[in-house]
Amino acid sequence: MRRDVFQAIADPTRRTILTLLVMQAMTPNALADHFDSSRQAISKHIKVLTECQLVKQEQSGREFYYHINHKKLKEVDNWLQPFRAMWETRFSQLDTLLKNRKNKKS
Amino acid sequence: MIATKETVYKKDLANKKIKVTREFDAPVAEVWKAWTEPELLDQWWAPKPWKAVTVSMNFKPGGKWFYYMQGPDDTRHYCIADYVTITPTRSFSVKDAFTDDKGNIDTKMPTMNWNIAFNSAGNATKVEIEITSKTEEDLNKIIEMGFQEGFAAAHKNLDELLAK
Repeated sequence: MRRDVFQAIADPTRRTILTLLVMQAMTPNALADHFDSSRQAISKHIKVLTECQLVKQEQSGREFYYHINHKKLKEVDNWLQPFRAMWETRFSQLDTLLKNRKNKKS
Repeated sequence: MIATKETVYKKDLANKKIKVTREFDAPVAEVWKAWTEPELLDQWWAPKPWKAVTVSMNFKPGGKWFYYMQGPDDTRHYCIADYVTITPTRSFSVKDAFTDDKGNIDTKMPTMNWNIAFNSAGNATKVEIEITSKTEEDLNKIIEMGFQEGFAAAHKNLDELLAK
């Protein structure tokens, strides 16, 4: 079955896995340590992410590491989209703050 | 009623630079305060559901803003912004780095240089944010870090998309 990227990132645990891997490549054990769920549950999530190519596995010495597939991540929703979303939210919060301060004064 | 203002994004990968421009419906003095006073910054700097919490701030050249972003699951990202230059109500520049909870800089994470300029546009204020990094790789990482907080904000849209 071909995995749909949007379906893959719709799950909160998988989103957390992706955000952890954005920070750094991790071994399966290091990654599983971040979660209360069982290792099997986490490895199932990773399988979904690798199947849709958001995450790739690379060997380094005796250890396997999971990496973010930057190319695929850019495809997900226009590379800048999350960055934009962060700023849009910030700015609309700033709009509200400025408006509230103005109203308080007048 | 607030009309949603358009934000303009320009990426200049060759110069490892991103520029974000946005207008705010308030005079320069007010917008300047919102960017430079901790109790105001804490109210808007983190995109919800994240929260920005100032640990300490000394707004002068050579001073620092030490703060963290707190996620809904209590994840905390500590950051330090070193104020480099300040021209009151006109512009300031900072060097931004990720740190541990004691404020020790995490050298594995990218650092950024920010320049924030404020321009009066009638009763409104135009803010120009220029983010520069040392390498293209760092810049990519910074954008993907926005992924972390931005994703939370984008969830709703995504959820709506998926519900269709």
